[in-house]
Amino acid sequence: MIAAASPIQRPREAKLLVIDAHGTLLHAPRRCLPNLLRSGDLVVANDAATLPASLAGIHVESGAPIEVRLAQRRSLASDDVSEFGAIVFGEGDYRTPTERRPLPPPLAGGDMLRLGPLRATVQRTLGHPRLVALRFEGSSLAIWRGIALHGRPIQYAYVPTPLALWDVWTRIAAVPTAFEPPSAGFVLDWHLIGELRARRIAFATLTHAAGISSTGDAALDALLPFDEPYHISRRTADAIARTRGRGGRVIAAGTTVVRALEAAAGDHGVARAGAGVARQRIDARTRLRVVDALLTGTHEPGTSHHALLGAFATGESLQSADHELEDHGYRTHEFGDSMLIERGSGTRARRTSPLTHDACTSNMRIVA
Amino acid sequence: MNASDRNDDRNLAGLRIFITGGTSGLGLALVRGWHAHGARVAFVARTPDRVAQVMRELPGVAGIVGDISRKDDVYPIALQALGALGGIDVLVNSASSLGPVPLALLGDTECEDVERALAANLLGPFRLTKALLGALSASAADGRGGVVLNVSSDAASTPYPGWGAYGASKAALAHMSAIWNLELEGEGVRILSIDPGDMDTPLHALAVPDADPSTLRQPEDAARDVTHAIVAALRRNARDRHHEREALAR
Repeated sequence: MIAAASPIQRPREAKLLVIDAHGTLLHAPRRCLPNLLRSGDLVVANDAATLPASLAGIHVESGAPIEVRLAQRRSLASDDVSEFGAIVFGEGDYRTPTERRPLPPPLAGGDMLRLGPLRATVQRTLGHPRLVALRFEGSSLAIWRGIALHGRPIQYAYVPTPLALWDVWTRIAAVPTAFEPPSAGFVLDWHLIGELRARRIAFATLTHAAGISSTGDAALDALLPFDEPYHISRRTADAIARTRGRGGRVIAAGTTVVRALEAAAGDHGVARAGAGVARQRIDARTRLRVVDALLTGTHEPGTSHHALLGAFATGESLQSADHELEDHGYRTHEFGDSMLIERGSGTRARRTSPLTHDACTSNMRIVA
Repeated sequence: MNASDRNDDRNLAGLRIFITGGTSGLGLALVRGWHAHGARVAFVARTPDRVAQVMRELPGVAGIVGDISRKDDVYPIALQALGALGGIDVLVNSASSLGPVPLALLGDTECEDVERALAANLLGPFRLTKALLGALSASAADGRGGVVLNVSSDAASTPYPGWGAYGASKAALAHMSAIWNLELEGEGVRILSIDPGDMDTPLHALAVPDADPSTLRQPEDAARDVTHAIVAALRRNARDRHHEREALAR
């Protein structure tokens, strides 16, 4: 697939590939998303704001330049910012693809890192030369100040211009806890949220500390996604229960929402309110209990995001979808095009028209 | 203190409020007042020494150094405010710029002075509110808050000669507030604009150096009015959410 190289969250021409519960594929303009949902459905999005989690600095013991990418936290509490799990790169920045970035100097517990105005101590390495637990000095206010003034959003070589925070905060960004943007939320703006409301499609949010998507290191990538803390409000849990009660669908905007809701799954397809940590990997073996459909970006086969799609659709459907994405010039990565995947019903019946007809449908095309 | 003030006290405890221009005039009076009422308070201002001084005076209040009129400062300010408070229920845009000092007739006003007034009085509140709208909307959805109060002026509605840059920018702010308030009805976020009256503040002293302070309001009085307006909007929000929940339960 083509990498989406401009940090534009909602390009007019963005595309949406739909895989419905029967495996039928449909191409649609992404702005027609509300037409593909039904009255009584519930869209749940991640309201995490993205931290400027890339911190350039110096490994004090060796004097070597490093880049620290904050990657993990134990809770979402805003005063719990002293300790992070982090991935450390050697010299260079995002312009060098991560797989070509040099290793940092050897890191050991007690090493000092100077990251702009921030000072941190390596507490220990976490089973990989790039992965460390670190502890910042100072009050939480001073740490927030250091991160805000010195940090840059984590980014990758396929976007050439440096990203600003406004490029990576979704419209609904509320709690600064994500290490990379919960980018399915880029689809949403206030106009679209109003349109959902007008169509009696409910909308709710949760907060999930979306983690790093890729490190360029096969051994580290195999550990992704890390454990991620989340919080589900009582209001959102109630909205899910009501949706279940009326036979609507719970539509997760983003893989992080799937992780949080499935980690919090209780009886009868509802989610428990409260704080938790999502530890499970979701893939073809996972039986989804809460989420009925997923709005997500387009993902390359072989990534943990792509593996998660296996919980929603058969390997055969996903393969057809991968071909369609390739053949129709869909763009990938966080600023790319999107997919809407309905959890498979297990039946093989093919529908000729999964949609109600309206103005938007003239631009939609079902794949034969 | 009258009965409605005491009522406000109870309503402010635990609320998360972020105030711009928090080291001077009305902004400082609001920081002190809300802190005294048990709210969780963060503020931003430009001068590091004055920010530090207010933090020393009011332990527990989070001071942020930044300039809301600078585009590149706004997101770092928003991030620090959210970090300090864990979310935001109330935003008060109080930081203001007069434009030319001393005040000048429009024909004598440098374009750069108009730009400065617009940057501080219109674009700053716009950018900051936009950056924090997700947090304010989440607060409204949770039935906690979701109120933005933009500090306006009678110069926004009455054309006083010499107040062109300031008056035009405050008129734009008041109108933007009214439009945004309508647009956000569905989200439950209220955007208010209030004229606190002529106050005995450093900004007023710059504008009218020979004013008789006894004819001016004390910022603490004005802060009480502003607080009443915010509390009234919070009550309306809470009532609306309550009705919404009841309707959903039926």
